[in-house]
Amino acid sequence: MTELFALTSNSNFSPNLWSDLQMMWQYAFMQHAFEAGTVIAIVAGVIGYFVVLRRLSFAAHALSHAGFAGAAGAVLIGLNPLVGLLVFTSGGGLAMAALGRKAASRDVQIGTVLAFMLGLGVLFISLYKGYATEAYSLLFGEILGISSGDVIVTTIAGALALVAIILIYRRLLFTSLDEDVAESRGVSIIAMNSIFMLLLALATSIAVQVVGVLLIFALMVTPAAIAERLTRRPLAGIAVSVVVALLATWFGLFISYFVPYPVSFFITSSVFALYVLVRLLQSYTRRGIL
Amino acid sequence: MKRMGKGKTEEAIIQAIDLSVRYGERVVWQHADFSIRRGEFVGILGPNGAGKTTLFRLLLGLLPPSTGRLEIFGAAPRRGNPRIGYVPQRHPIDSDMRLEALEFVHLGISGNRWGVLLPSESRAERQKALDALQSVNGTELAHRSLGQLSGGELQRVFLAQALAGKPDILLLDEPLANLDIRRETELVQLIASVARAQQVAVLLIAHDINPLLPVVDRLIYAVNGRIATGTPHKIITTKALSALYGAPVEVLHDSHGRVAVLGTEEAAHHD
Repeated sequence: MTELFALTSNSNFSPNLWSDLQMMWQYAFMQHAFEAGTVIAIVAGVIGYFVVLRRLSFAAHALSHAGFAGAAGAVLIGLNPLVGLLVFTSGGGLAMAALGRKAASRDVQIGTVLAFMLGLGVLFISLYKGYATEAYSLLFGEILGISSGDVIVTTIAGALALVAIILIYRRLLFTSLDEDVAESRGVSIIAMNSIFMLLLALATSIAVQVVGVLLIFALMVTPAAIAERLTRRPLAGIAVSVVVALLATWFGLFISYFVPYPVSFFITSSVFALYVLVRLLQSYTRRGIL
Repeated sequence: MKRMGKGKTEEAIIQAIDLSVRYGERVVWQHADFSIRRGEFVGILGPNGAGKTTLFRLLLGLLPPSTGRLEIFGAAPRRGNPRIGYVPQRHPIDSDMRLEALEFVHLGISGNRWGVLLPSESRAERQKALDALQSVNGTELAHRSLGQLSGGELQRVFLAQALAGKPDILLLDEPLANLDIRRETELVQLIASVARAQQVAVLLIAHDINPLLPVVDRLIYAVNGRIATGTPHKIITTKALSALYGAPVEVLHDSHGRVAVLGTEEAAHHD
């Protein structure tokens, strides 16, 4: 695994963006980072829009913590951490769907489980007696360590998630906004919640590679929160959410190539800065911009 | 408690015969007989927990009757019946909700479809959603954010969403809650005129009879495990209500035709 901090020995920033990018892409690890980062930003932007619409951001946060325990457990028994991530986030997601939407908004219970999961993850990590980098990359992401195999897995998982969203789009939107009426029109709430939670688990599992468990909000919630503030129509909202997630990811990767700080720091701070900017502008203009 | 004897010439679109419903062991109400005709405006009254919303759940096919028969257009209720438009009792909408009203109304047309809409379908449906908004005098609400609408404006949007699917029956659960008296009256007038224009039967749950009095054809009164139906003139009397509640209840009239019902709080069984 590559060190998280950027390898910047022989690189200098030039004003020509294209030549900068070409220079970066000479390195396989940078190419993989851009490829996987792009897929993940698109998926997280789309799924994140529904997370925000459904007011599930805390549940999403908890899921990623369950994923941490799963990933650490998988490392402990010698499996790919992605397997542990998928198993634990899916299990947690289905449990939340089974308990109902109201359960997913119970902060205290979710917080309790979240803390337990993090504790479990810490135990697994310490039992593993491996490098601290293993825990570090799970918690904060390690996009520069993505292999070509990871890129393929990420792309397939991301494509699956997007196809699924297209298939259930209108029903998902209906249940997100108007559960009682959707139910009366023959939409199964439990089925829709379960499918969405599984998609969220999938998106979380692949997004952890980029920003890690602790910073999942940066890709899954903040871009969608910005989009929600700027748009009045769902498709426009999803588009803005994807664009923000993409720009932040590309910006983070680009900057971290020249400046020796973690990619996830640049991603989180750019989306945060944009969020603050949008809120400030809106408090001045009072009405939406778009 | 009587079956509709008169008016057989008009089509009964909802028919309940010796209908009972329970949640687990608890009987909500039993032995209800009533029928509702096309275009009728029916007010549903009764204390909290008397099973008013439960009646809607039965009609929507979300809850099976425990005994007896319930028919809508001659068939058993089923989930997803497009001939029913439903406005549930709602929690206030988050003021941060920026989604436009038109999108929300649009979901009333095709929110239960799989996949995404083709651009041409989407345009046609948005036009239908606009028409529905127009029918509730809500054209100017189309592009406003849901979170910025007032209580009365929201109720008109909900009504438009329910009407967008061109139903024959509207089920409205407490649409007048949280409205001031003037808005209550306006909304009731609006519902009544839309229902008349589109020949839609309205079943409206309310906690106060007064705003409904000018428009309502009949009442369904749920109390203490029973369902009574009749004209307001017959039901809202000291004698009829005392018999229903099984306790002394008094009905007073003022000079404007408004009524006050006293003693129901004490008389309703809370179990």
